Amino acid sequence: MTVGTAKAAPAGMSRRRRRQVSLWIQYGIFAVAVVAIALLADWPTLRLNFANWDAARQLFPDIVTVGLRNTAVYTAVGFGIGLVLGLVVALMRLSSVPPYRWFATVYIEVFRGLPLLLIFIFVSVGVPLAFPGKNVPGGAVGQTGVALGVAAAAYMAETIRSGIEAVPRGQLEAARSLGMSYGGAMRSIILPQAFRIIIPPLTNQLVLLCKDSSLVLFLGVTLEQRELTKFGRDLAGQLGNTTPIIVAGICYLIITIPLSLLSRRLEERQRRGQR
Amino acid sequence: MSAGDRPGGLPGDSAPGGEAIEIIGLRKAFGANEVLRGIDFHVRAGEVVCVIGPSGSGKSTLLRCVNLLEEPTAGTVRVSGTEVTDPDVDIDAVRRRIGMVFQSFNLFPHLTALGNVAIAQRKVLRRDRAEAERIARENLERVGLADKVDAYPAQLSGGQQQRVAIARALAMGPEVMLFDEPTSALDPELVGDVLGVMRTLAEAGMTMLVVTHEMSFAREVADRVVFMDGGVVVEEGPASRVITDPQHERTRSFLARVLDPAAARVGEGEASDRFRSSDPGA
Repeated sequence: MTVGTAKAAPAGMSRRRRRQVSLWIQYGIFAVAVVAIALLADWPTLRLNFANWDAARQLFPDIVTVGLRNTAVYTAVGFGIGLVLGLVVALMRLSSVPPYRWFATVYIEVFRGLPLLLIFIFVSVGVPLAFPGKNVPGGAVGQTGVALGVAAAAYMAETIRSGIEAVPRGQLEAARSLGMSYGGAMRSIILPQAFRIIIPPLTNQLVLLCKDSSLVLFLGVTLEQRELTKFGRDLAGQLGNTTPIIVAGICYLIITIPLSLLSRRLEERQRRGQR
Repeated sequence: MSAGDRPGGLPGDSAPGGEAIEIIGLRKAFGANEVLRGIDFHVRAGEVVCVIGPSGSGKSTLLRCVNLLEEPTAGTVRVSGTEVTDPDVDIDAVRRRIGMVFQSFNLFPHLTALGNVAIAQRKVLRRDRAEAERIARENLERVGLADKVDAYPAQLSGGQQQRVAIARALAMGPEVMLFDEPTSALDPELVGDVLGVMRTLAEAGMTMLVVTHEMSFAREVADRVVFMDGGVVVEEGPASRVITDPQHERTRSFLARVLDPAAARVGEGEASDRFRSSDPGA
C-alpha cells in the first residue's frame, strides 16, 4: 500500500495503487446507480402496491396449499416424464442402430429449438387435433407434465448422454467380461455412475422446470389447478394490488434457492472427488 | 455348465489336458491396420501360458479376441469347446466362464470391494445377496484383502485394486483366466503382491493366459511362453527355452531390450522408451 514502490511506474502510480483507483471508480459508479434508482422510485406507491400487508395476508393459506403445491406437482411430474424420456432418448442417441441415433438427434434438436410456450400450446391444442377425440391424459397435470417433460427430455438426454460417456469405457468392458448383458451392465454399472456425475446439472434442470411450470396458465386451468404465477396474477387482479406477484415470487425462491445451493454443493463435492 | 456349482472357482473343471483355449487362423484388423495376422495356438486346461512381445505386437488384442471384447475379423476361437466366434453363440454365457483382469483394473468405483466382487454373481449368476457376499469374502480373503471388504476402490492402492479385480473374476468360477498386463499400471513395489496372487492361482491349477512384461514371472510360472511380434506368433515353447535360449533373432533382440533396459537405452533409446510406456493399443 506504500506509494514508495512507485519508482518503476511511469505514471507515478504503482500497479497496486492504480488497481485501487480503478476499483474505487467502479464502486462509485455502482453506488451512484443504486442511489439513482432508489431516488427515482416512488417508495410510498411501491410499499402500497408491492408490500401491502393486508393484501399479502389474504393470500394465505391458499397460495401455499394451492399455488405452491401445484407448482411442485407440475414440476415433479414434468421432471419425472423428462427424466424417463430423456434416458430413453440418450440411450437411443448412443445406440449402434442408426435410425435410433437419427431419431434421437432430431428429437433433441427440435425440442431444444422450440419455445416452451409453443410446446404447451401444441400439447393442449395440437394433440386433440392430431388424434381426434384424444387428449393428453391426466388433465392439467398430465398436459403440463407432458409439455414440460418432452421439452426437458431434450436437454436431459444430452446431459445423460454426456454422463454415460464420462464413465470410462473399461467399466462397460469389465461388466461385459463378467457376463453381464449390455442392458444389465448399463443398469448396474454405467448408469449409477453416470447419474452420480450428472446430479448437479439435473438439479439445475429441476430449477428451470419449476419456473417453466408457470406456462401452465396458457392451458386454461381451474381454480384448484392454479400454480404460483397464475395464482399471483389472478389475485393481483382481484385485489387491485401487485403484492401477490411479489409473494408468488418469494414462493418460487423458497423452492429454487435451496435447490441451487444443493446443486452447487453437490458440484463442489464432486470436484473434491468424494462419494 | 453352470459356474454356480463351483463357488470357489478352482481348479478348472474341464478334463485335465483338454483344450481350454483354441485359436485357429485368428485375424483382426482395425480398418486398414491389421493387428493380428493369423494366430494359431492353444492353451490346455490347467496350463499357464504367458504372451510376451513388444508394444503394438497384438498381444492385448489377441487376449481381447478370446472373450470377444474385440470381434475377430477372421478365424476361430474356442473356449472349452465352445466356439466363441460362432455368430449364434450366447456371448454372455461364454464370458461367464472366462475371467478377465485388465491393465487398468476397471473396478466399479461406486461399489465397495465386496460389492465389486458380489455384483456380477448376483446379476449374472442370480445368487442371493448373502451367498454372493459369502463367496465374495472368500475370494477377497484368497487375494489377501479380507480386511478391505468395505473399502471403495479409491481408498485402495493399485495393487490392492488389482487383487480385488482378480477376486471379482474368480468369484464367477471361471474355467479360464485372462490377464491383460495386470501389473503394467502398478508402482514397482506393488507388483509383487499381484504376481504372488497369480502364482498361487497357477499353482492351484487355474488355466491362465497372461499378457505380461514380467519376464521373471513368465520364466518361473508359465508352462509355455508365446512370443508375438507384428501380429504373428514368432516363437513359442517352454518358458525356460523361449526366455533363456530363444531361437529367433526377433525374440533375442526383444529379450535383450527387456532384460537389460539400461543397455538398450544406450543402444536404441527410442524403442525401449516406447516399450516401457503403457500400450493400450497393443
